[in-house]
Amino acid sequence: MSLATWKKMAPAQAAPERFVSPLIRELPPSGIRKFFDLVANTRGVISLGVGEPDFVTPWHIREACFYSLEQGYTMYTSNFGLPELRQEVGRYLEAGFGVRYDPLAEIIITVGASEAIDLALRAVLEPGDEVLIPAPCYVSYQPCALLAGGRPVTVPTRAENDFKLRPAELEARITPRSKVLLLSYPNNPTGAIMTREDLLPIARLAERYDLLVISDEIYAELTYDGRHTSFASLPGMQERTVLINGFSKAFAMTGWRVGYAAAPAPIINHMLKIHQYTMLCAPIMSQKAAIEALRHGREEVAQMVREYDRRRRFVVQRLREIGLDCFEPKGAFYVFPSIAATGMGAEEFSQALLEEEKVAVVPGTAFGEGGEQRLRCSYAASINDLAEAMNRIERFVKRHGS
Amino acid sequence: MRQEILEILENDCRVTPEQIAVMLGEDAAVVKETIGQLENEKVVLKYQAVINHEKIDNGLVTALIDVKVAPQREVGFDQVAARIYRYPEVRSVFLVSGAYDLAVMVQGHSLQEVAAFVSEKLAALEHVQSTMTHFLLKTYKQDGVIFADQEEDRRQVVTP
Repeated sequence: MSLATWKKMAPAQAAPERFVSPLIRELPPSGIRKFFDLVANTRGVISLGVGEPDFVTPWHIREACFYSLEQGYTMYTSNFGLPELRQEVGRYLEAGFGVRYDPLAEIIITVGASEAIDLALRAVLEPGDEVLIPAPCYVSYQPCALLAGGRPVTVPTRAENDFKLRPAELEARITPRSKVLLLSYPNNPTGAIMTREDLLPIARLAERYDLLVISDEIYAELTYDGRHTSFASLPGMQERTVLINGFSKAFAMTGWRVGYAAAPAPIINHMLKIHQYTMLCAPIMSQKAAIEALRHGREEVAQMVREYDRRRRFVVQRLREIGLDCFEPKGAFYVFPSIAATGMGAEEFSQALLEEEKVAVVPGTAFGEGGEQRLRCSYAASINDLAEAMNRIERFVKRHGS
Repeated sequence: MRQEILEILENDCRVTPEQIAVMLGEDAAVVKETIGQLENEKVVLKYQAVINHEKIDNGLVTALIDVKVAPQREVGFDQVAARIYRYPEVRSVFLVSGAYDLAVMVQGHSLQEVAAFVSEKLAALEHVQSTMTHFLLKTYKQDGVIFADQEEDRRQVVTP
C-alpha cells in the first residue's frame, strides 16, 4: 500500500496508533478507569470507590524517609533491595505467618506488590500457558497474565460459598496447559478470606497437577477473623509458591510503591533478572521507610485494623438494613453487596447512585465474572462518611425499589 | 470491650451505644450497661467538645502557670491543689515533676483579668511559693486534635 492510500484510509489523528501492537490495542482499559472519569467530574461526592487506606502513612515512617534523604540516601540499592529490609521482611514473614525464607537469597524487594506479580508471571509463563484466576478478582491479574503471554482462565467463586475458592470449581478448569494458580486472599473486591482448612484441598490440587501458586497476600494483615494463613505455610507448598506482599495496605503506604516477593532461590533469581533490566530497584527512600514500618509500625497496624473492623461491622449491618444482600467479608476493606433486589445492573446502579445521591461505588463488573449484580464498597473512609453514604444509598434503594 | 468502648468514645462521644454495639459485634444492652458502669465508676467523667476558640474570636485568654508549692505534712500538695482547682477560672491542674510542682491552666476574658487572678488569688494562697505565667499564643494541637486546616483526603476518587 502506498503512503497516499494509507493516509486516505486512516484518519490523521488515529494514524499513530498503527505503531501500537495489536495485543495492547485490544487490551481493554481498566473498568475502574472508566468509572473514575465519571466520578472525578462530579462535585461533593462521598467516595467508597477507593482501594487504599484513608489513613496517611504513620508519622514515624514518613519521618524515617526524611532522615534517609537528609543523610543522602538517594542512590540505587542492590537489585534485590536493601539487605536490612530483606532481613526485616524475613523476620516478619516468619513471626507473622510461620514461613521461613533466606532473606538474602529468597526475597526480592519490588516496586509495589504489583511489580512482583508481573515478575512472577513473566518469569514462569510460556506462550499459551494457562493461569487459573479465581474471580471476581483484582483488575490487574488477567491483563498481566495476557501481557506475559499466558492465557487467563477464570475460576468462579460464589456468594453462597462466601466467595471462597472451591476445589471442585478449580479442578474442573485445570487442563494440561494449566501452569499457575493466582490466589489473592483476603480478596479485593469480595473481602473473602481462605482459612487453613479452606486452603488445604487447594494445596492438594496444586500438588497433584504440579501448579505454581502465586499468592498475593497484600491484605494479610487486614483479617478480622483469626490470623491470616499464608499459602506458603501449608505443608510442602513453599517450594511451589511465590508469596507476594507489600506495605501499601497494612501500613497505609500505597504511594510509596514498595512490596516484595518471597520464593525459592531458583525462581527468585529469574524474577530478579527481569527486575534488574526493567526496574533496577525499588526507590531507596521507600525501602528506608519500609524498614521503619516493619521495625516500629506494629502498634499503628493494630490500631488501623481495629478501626477497619468496626467500620466493617457497621457497613455490613447498614447494607442489610437497607435490604441489600451482603455476605460478611472477613478481610481487606471491601464489602461486595448484591443489588439483585433492585433489579438493576451494577453499572446502571453505580451510575445512577452517583448522579442522584453523589455516592461513588465501583460496579462489580470491573472485577470480572461474578460481579454483574454487585458493588464494591470500600470502608476505607471515616465512619461519618460511611454513615452518610449508607443513608444516601438507603434513600436511593427506597426510591428505586421494586 | 471496656477498652474498645473507651477508645471509640474518646474519639467521638456522639456515637450511640447501638452503633458501638454494631461496630464491636456486641449486644447493645451489654454496651449500654458497660457505659453506665464506666460513668458510675467515674472512668468517663464528662462528654465534651474540642473547640477552636481562635475561630470564634471570643477574646478568651489562656495562661499556663507554673506554681511552686511548699508541701504540707500528711496531705502533700493535695490541699493546695484543691484550693486552686475550685476556682472556676482554673481549667486544669496537674501535679508535675521537675522545677515546679503544679501546672495550672487559667482562662479569662483579658490579659488583665488573668494577671489579676494570678497575683491576687493564686500567688496569695498560703503555701504557694512562686508562680510563673505563660500566656498561650496559639493552639496547634489539643487532645489529639490538630487545629490547622489540613490533611483533607488527597486520594484519587476511585482506585483499584
